Amino acid sequence: MSTAVTTAESIHRRRHYLNADYGIRSWLLTTDHKRIALLYLFSITFFFALGGLFAVLIRLELLTPAGDMMTSDTYNKVFTMHGIMMVFFFLIPSVPATLGNFLIPMMIGARDLAFPKLNLASWYLFMVGGMFAMYSVVTGGIDTGWTFYTPFSTTYSNTKVIPAALGILIAGFSSIFTGLNFIVTVHRMRAPGLTWFRLPLFVWANYAASLIMVLGTPVLAITIVLVFLERAFHIGIFDPRLGGDPILFQHLFWFYSHPAVYIMILPSMGVMSELISAFSRKRIFGYTFVAFSSVAIAVFGFLVWGHHMFVSGQSVYAAMVFSILSYLVAIPSAVKVFNWTATLYKGSVSYQTPMLYAFGFLGLFTIGGLTGLFLAALGVDVHVTDTYFVVAHFHYIMVGGVIMGYLGGLHFWWPKITGRLYPEGWAKLSALVIFLGFNLTFFPQFVLGYLGMPRRYHAYPEEFQVLNVMSSAGASILAVGYLLPLFYLLWSMRYGPEAGPNPFDARGLEWQMASPPPTHNFEQVPIVSEEAYAYHTAQEVPVAG
Amino acid sequence: MQDSHTTAAHHPAFQHHFETMEQQRQASTLGMWLFLITEILFFGGMFTVYLVYRNWYFASFAAGSLTLDVTLGTFNTVVLIGSSLTMALAVHGAETGKRGMLVGFLILTILLGATFLGVKAVEYTHKFEEHHVPGPSFRFGSEELRHFHEEATMLRSTQIHGVELGEVQLFFSLYFAMTGMHALHMIIGIGVLSVLVWKARHGRYSPEYFAPVEYAGLYWHFVDIVWIFLFPLLYLITRHVGVHP
Amino acid sequence: MGFDLPLFPDQASTMATRVDYLYFYLLAVSAFFTILITAMLIFFAIRYRRSRHPHAVPIEGSTKLELAWTGIPLMIAMSMFVWAANVFFAMNRPPRGALEIYAVGKQWMWKFEHVGGQREINELHVPVDRDVKLTMISQDVIHSMFFPAFRVKQDVLPNRYTTIWFRPTKVGRYHLFCAEYCGTKHSGMIGHVVVMEPAQYQVWLAGGAQGGSLTASGERLFRELACDTCHRPDTGARGPDLAGLFGKPVKFAAGGSAVADETYIRESITNPAAKVVEGYQPIMPTFQGQISEEGLLQLVAYIKSLQTQKPAEAPGAPPAAAAPPPRGTQ
Repeated sequence: MSTAVTTAESIHRRRHYLNADYGIRSWLLTTDHKRIALLYLFSITFFFALGGLFAVLIRLELLTPAGDMMTSDTYNKVFTMHGIMMVFFFLIPSVPATLGNFLIPMMIGARDLAFPKLNLASWYLFMVGGMFAMYSVVTGGIDTGWTFYTPFSTTYSNTKVIPAALGILIAGFSSIFTGLNFIVTVHRMRAPGLTWFRLPLFVWANYAASLIMVLGTPVLAITIVLVFLERAFHIGIFDPRLGGDPILFQHLFWFYSHPAVYIMILPSMGVMSELISAFSRKRIFGYTFVAFSSVAIAVFGFLVWGHHMFVSGQSVYAAMVFSILSYLVAIPSAVKVFNWTATLYKGSVSYQTPMLYAFGFLGLFTIGGLTGLFLAALGVDVHVTDTYFVVAHFHYIMVGGVIMGYLGGLHFWWPKITGRLYPEGWAKLSALVIFLGFNLTFFPQFVLGYLGMPRRYHAYPEEFQVLNVMSSAGASILAVGYLLPLFYLLWSMRYGPEAGPNPFDARGLEWQMASPPPTHNFEQVPIVSEEAYAYHTAQEVPVAG
Repeated sequence: MQDSHTTAAHHPAFQHHFETMEQQRQASTLGMWLFLITEILFFGGMFTVYLVYRNWYFASFAAGSLTLDVTLGTFNTVVLIGSSLTMALAVHGAETGKRGMLVGFLILTILLGATFLGVKAVEYTHKFEEHHVPGPSFRFGSEELRHFHEEATMLRSTQIHGVELGEVQLFFSLYFAMTGMHALHMIIGIGVLSVLVWKARHGRYSPEYFAPVEYAGLYWHFVDIVWIFLFPLLYLITRHVGVHP
Repeated sequence: MGFDLPLFPDQASTMATRVDYLYFYLLAVSAFFTILITAMLIFFAIRYRRSRHPHAVPIEGSTKLELAWTGIPLMIAMSMFVWAANVFFAMNRPPRGALEIYAVGKQWMWKFEHVGGQREINELHVPVDRDVKLTMISQDVIHSMFFPAFRVKQDVLPNRYTTIWFRPTKVGRYHLFCAEYCGTKHSGMIGHVVVMEPAQYQVWLAGGAQGGSLTASGERLFRELACDTCHRPDTGARGPDLAGLFGKPVKFAAGGSAVADETYIRESITNPAAKVVEGYQPIMPTFQGQISEEGLLQLVAYIKSLQTQKPAEAPGAPPAAAAPPPRGTQ
């Protein structure tokens, strides 16, 4: 199958989206969803590196119990900016803005997203938002935590809250417009014959995530506007001294920020469905259940925000409702994991790099999801909330889940994006290093959390040191794991062997066109007559490999 | 498929990543409605905050509300409803290909919108003069309180206690935040309509293609509807005072 | 540094035992599913590897299986919910007759006041095997009182009292953390809770009291602020009599009613106009910003002590407290 090059001309002779035009203008003014995806890819890699740098500083400080490397003010700014960069400028756009942008039109047989100019505007908004956040960083930083809890953020903190908040507000609009674009595209631009239940699950997952972007993000926007007004003019909306209620802020904040976790994880789950199907050469087990579980997660995700506030002083009965709903939102995730596992049954499993990421995802997401049950359990949550247990839990979901999906997807579609293959040996090595480094970094944090080490602590009692050292050691391994792909993927863009249209012999419309794809994807809009993942029909002509 | 693609491609407004003009229209209509949903949620956040505090601090909110000018508020409500009518007529003009009607009613809509903003500016100025703007100079003195008590007694309300400075200020904070955000939407709307006037005069719209006019209309109606909620919530609280025995 | 590697926290309260049992249940379920899924993944991946199993068998799915792996996890989840909600209820119901202690959080320290007037900072002394209830408030931002060894935690809010309770079971010295991020020295807002044998605790109490009991300080403040000129037991008083008020429902002039708890009493001092008692005029001036949180707590403690009959507590309660309130609950 690696000889598929024969079917296509060499990358250099053929015109495609990468060589259609040269020059910086052709990139900055492009409306091609594929080029915009690459713009996002480079920008979020930058923000990821920045967020990672802050993570390194955190783990270095926590090597010793005493807060001796930096002052507590600096430390507080470092973890705040780590959170803001990673959450708003890396995780939320990660899979949708890059892979989603690149793939959704191709997967549904469209020439572009419904609103290409809006798509470009989204990227510009994202960058302007990023600039504001950067401005906050370079002019002194912000120390409120990424959660901006009032009245600390509105009245007591004397750091650069306003530019950071504005940055998140602006980036939020980018997210809204991306979601809007995806929803309209999926509704209105599908190729003839491509019914909803023939869509790849990646499209379903991004569709569900887009619903959350469109419905949740405006609430974050208005919350930030209120925080901004409060901070700039002291108008009292969240200030208890003026009659305001700080808990109301938490309700509004988590109404977005809990579903935001699903904005991050759902597209990553969509990637998983594609990978597991492609590398076991089977249709996903229980397609409709996996598809609907995405929508179920998006819907239930809006009803569970109060589980962040079990010890905040909300009523016991409200806590009970939020607890039971939190258990309900766990079920569709469990259904997905079971279906993915069952897909391997009687499949034909190969262990190429993307599949290694899929295995990693399944392991880490299972642990992340199950520890979520501890946090939904009222009686246990009281003890572990605001400790390292929570930190470990959400890193297992957001890093173990989202980044594994992101990297797995990036490797899977890298030949499609660049037309070239990456070095498989290095890629496998880095997948392994990331998996091991990740577990060593974050598993000790569960133990730390149950022991009672609170999060956002600059200094800590001595008995927690051994576990913290383990965690920091893991983080250094993890850093190596993240740096490796940066090098070999960049290397492959120039020196990698040409991939051909379908190096993994996968199904899906995106694999039917040349790699890299032509600017308008399809000369003629395809007519779809098959289910997604039609691996069995292809098996009359067995493929080598 | 391919046929319709090539024929529709003749229209200057047709974007080539779509298959047909019809698909383009359906996509942008859905996009517009989704955008309005995000707007609902945006204002919804503020409405939630408002309702929570209004419930907790009813008397203070009623006292704050009494200082607003119901006459001007009513006038503005009529102006906005009128502008919705003129906007609808403008869309009708576009639909039927009457350029004069389209341009005329667009301009009328802009004028009504500007009237609304002008009246709003007058109201804001009053608030500044009376020191009802939240902040260090905020004042809510005995005069306002007496006025409130008289009014409440007249309405035989017993809910006259519990007026507290911070809470009244909270009312005005929300008043300015909500009406300010609404006014910002009006300003954006007027800007959009002005562009439409310019384009309509250059004959960009026809019965085959007038989607931008239609969407601007949807937006304008949405902004009006927000005001229809804001007006009773902010100006007419006291009409409600007598209800609780 | 030595090699100090604790893997499990001290278990020093009745609640710690209950939380840990639930925790073990959750751990067992999680371990079961993690092992199940990992084992299946590894088994399938090896058994059906491409070199051995080159052609996948098309299997669409199975509704029965889907129902099973929706239904069974759902039932397990519900068992977790019920158990955990049960524990949570117990956490939120302080038992009657608990030892009352008051706490004020501020950037970045914890201040405690005992009923006997003993005050401490970042250290809390309590007797073993006795229910202890903390009534807490913050002077500035949100803090959170966290005793890992007792497995209890509660946010401490500005402008509003919250409570937390525990019953220590082991003598010792345990961590006290602020768990809600509260600014620069958040990680310095820590201390210890010292659980003592009752006898030692009595000795400690005797050594620590300065300036009289909490209720006595409250009473003094009550006089100094001239609260007693209006809040008198006689019929001509301009303010409601406060004896026996605590814990009783109060009807308001504006309609509605509420139980007179700590937060209500505090609000009535700082913002008297908010809830005027039925039959009285809104003439009380506000004391917002004029009394420290400690002072407010003393006043609250004093007013709480004005029960009609309370045998164990409030030896220094004034004679007025003994007299039955003239008009119902007012």
